[in-house]
Amino acid sequence: MKKKVLSVLLAATMLTGILAGCGNGATTDQGGAGTSDAGTTDAGTTDAGSTDAGAADAGAAAGEGAVLNIYTWNTEFMNRLTDHYPGYTKGSDNTETDENGNLKGTVEGKIGDITVKFNITPSKDNAYQNNLDEALLGQESAAADDKVDIFLVEADYALKYVNSDYSMAVKDLGITDADIADQYKYTQDVVTDSNGVLKGLSWQGCPGVMFYNREAAKEVFGSDDPAAVQEKVKDWAAFNATAKELHDAGYSIVTSAADTYRTYSNNVSSPWVVDGKINIDENLMNWVNDSKALVDAGYIGTSELWSADWSKGFFPDGKVFAYFGPAWLVNFSMSADTEGSIGYNGGWGATEGPQGFFWGGTWICAATGTDNVATIKDIMLQLTCNPEIMKEIVIKDDDFVNNKPTMEAMAQDTSYSSKVLGGQNPLAMYCAGVNDLDLSNLSDYDQACNEEFQKAMLDYMKGNVDLDTAKENFFKAVVTKHPDLTY
Amino acid sequence: MKMGKRSKAVRFNKWGYIFLIPFLVTFVVFQLIPLISTIVYSFFEYYRAGLKVVGPNFLGLQNYIKLFSDADIWKYTGNTLIIWLMGFVPQIIVSLLIAAWFSDPSLRLKGQRFFKTVIYLPNLIMAAAFAMLFFMLFSKGGPVNSILVNSGIFAEAYTFLDHVWPTRILIAFMNFLMWFGNTTILLMAGMMGIDTSLFEAAQVDGATSTQIFFRVTLPLLKPILLYVMITSLIGGLQMFDVPQILTGDASPNNTSRTLIMFLNNNLYSKNYGMGGAISVYLFVMTGILSLLVFKFTNGKKK
Repeated sequence: MKKKVLSVLLAATMLTGILAGCGNGATTDQGGAGTSDAGTTDAGTTDAGSTDAGAADAGAAAGEGAVLNIYTWNTEFMNRLTDHYPGYTKGSDNTETDENGNLKGTVEGKIGDITVKFNITPSKDNAYQNNLDEALLGQESAAADDKVDIFLVEADYALKYVNSDYSMAVKDLGITDADIADQYKYTQDVVTDSNGVLKGLSWQGCPGVMFYNREAAKEVFGSDDPAAVQEKVKDWAAFNATAKELHDAGYSIVTSAADTYRTYSNNVSSPWVVDGKINIDENLMNWVNDSKALVDAGYIGTSELWSADWSKGFFPDGKVFAYFGPAWLVNFSMSADTEGSIGYNGGWGATEGPQGFFWGGTWICAATGTDNVATIKDIMLQLTCNPEIMKEIVIKDDDFVNNKPTMEAMAQDTSYSSKVLGGQNPLAMYCAGVNDLDLSNLSDYDQACNEEFQKAMLDYMKGNVDLDTAKENFFKAVVTKHPDLTY
Repeated sequence: MKMGKRSKAVRFNKWGYIFLIPFLVTFVVFQLIPLISTIVYSFFEYYRAGLKVVGPNFLGLQNYIKLFSDADIWKYTGNTLIIWLMGFVPQIIVSLLIAAWFSDPSLRLKGQRFFKTVIYLPNLIMAAAFAMLFFMLFSKGGPVNSILVNSGIFAEAYTFLDHVWPTRILIAFMNFLMWFGNTTILLMAGMMGIDTSLFEAAQVDGATSTQIFFRVTLPLLKPILLYVMITSLIGGLQMFDVPQILTGDASPNNTSRTLIMFLNNNLYSKNYGMGGAISVYLFVMTGILSLLVFKFTNGKKK
């Protein structure tokens, strides 16, 4: 008996070691869009001839501060700047890897005579925001070369900075409406403050689609054609009916209730907070009720995103029909480079799904008090408005760039196809999903609200608490995090 | 002149104070000032709304009234104490037993050094890593479930961390595993400090080993036992990393949220007012409970 116990223990230890390895591999990708392509930094590829680099440098040099401080949480923006900004040269790299495997520290580069200094703090446990908050609060008293010039934000907390005086209006940098006319509207909604002033720009869009398992589609519906699958999931009613059909065939339509959350939450008709009071939108309650029914019927689970239980569907044995996500999810985060995975064999298909949504994305904001206005203006214009550079980004980095004509032209291009998606060109779908996405209902408190709402409601779906207790728990958790709110 | 004569002695004393300066400065800067400011801020409204700093505005006892009028603080206090006791009771029993065996000369256990090292090892692992490990082990698709399902004990995977008591037991068990080695070593040190002639005398008088343990070892071990209990109490009330990482956010239904986890949530918006009030509450409660333990353990002597 003792020997048995010992051998079971040993086996368990070994398995944990192996699984722990897998878990880390899957979770490191969660930083945001395109974070995985850290290896692509190569100054040699910068094609200075393709744009008017000389003019940019001349404009930037006059009366500018000597140091351009950029606050960020990963190397994504740095890589885009290194690879695509004309006249950027690499300098010293003083980063190290912290205990979670995230890069932190500073990286220096040059644009003309200006030293570009990237200050990287990982997002985990809010460290990036905490660091940035302190820097911005000390902005006035900081020496000119230490002031924050550019900081990057994500959608969930963008308004916290955009609604403050610490971010500059894009207009004040000298960028006109005509310059940014080709960008997707939602990318501007995210960084527009309560007075309608645009205060940031992004080079990328992260429209999401539904990735479905082609094998499963053939088996259950008799066809893996995107149009046929779309018919099965064209709205939430159809989606829920299909969940049963798939369950009867041995598949879960999605792994967890958490999968569909973004799709519902991006399509709300009221913000999280109205006049200082927490407000739960109707569409979010639809998510709760629809998901509760699916969970109770056993069609889907309640695991958290990025957990081992959630990612099992990346492989055929997981028996998961679909995942909701943007291009970076299927390209970088779904084990596409692991032999035997669905992605490795080109086994995913893409279709629009019940509603349009986005996931991820990075916005560039200029900090008030910067002494590098001309340089920031040029960086924003080159990376987010210059169609040639943006096309380069699509080809080199597989980003979905924030430029309608470029993306629509690429969508028609038959030579562009995705290996992971079995040769499908999904860009037309991304374009369709993102075109009429309306994000005017964001609030300063979205990060805390979205996190706590999912936690509380997953507790309800698991059957641990009733709906009223779950709501109460949600309200209390948000008020603890934001004492200025009521419910 | 008189002063001059005395100064020789004083000059030597002076070095004592000089050597104390580094400690004193560190203590004042990093402990005393934060301690006082924590207490002071607990009477203020002081937090950040986004990037705007609100306060400090004097509120009197408002923070405390708000804190104690909500049932949650009692729930979290209860969670903390229950989970601590669930880990501490087995910990002290097992530690006493192992320490008694190891320090008993008549048993002459072999490989003592090896076992002492082994039982201390879990304490060397970072609590966060340990919690991650258990999270993986007991997740729905984790190895524990695979073993239980494949060996036919469970019909289908059991979600340990979605149930109140399994979650609490896991947290308590991890605390037990991490700390029983440390306690054993402390108790063993205490037991080896006891004069062996007392044991011999008891044996000559015909006492059984159980009697020796309860009548000789335990009473003489009291000072160390007291130390172990109070340090463990303080550590237990400050429980944070294991439940935070194992449960993510105190699921199910906040039944594994400890006081420090609650404090941590309040610091999300740098709420020094409410954070201060919780800290003062913890401080007072730790004091009272320590006094109780002290009285309870020492009172028997009279």
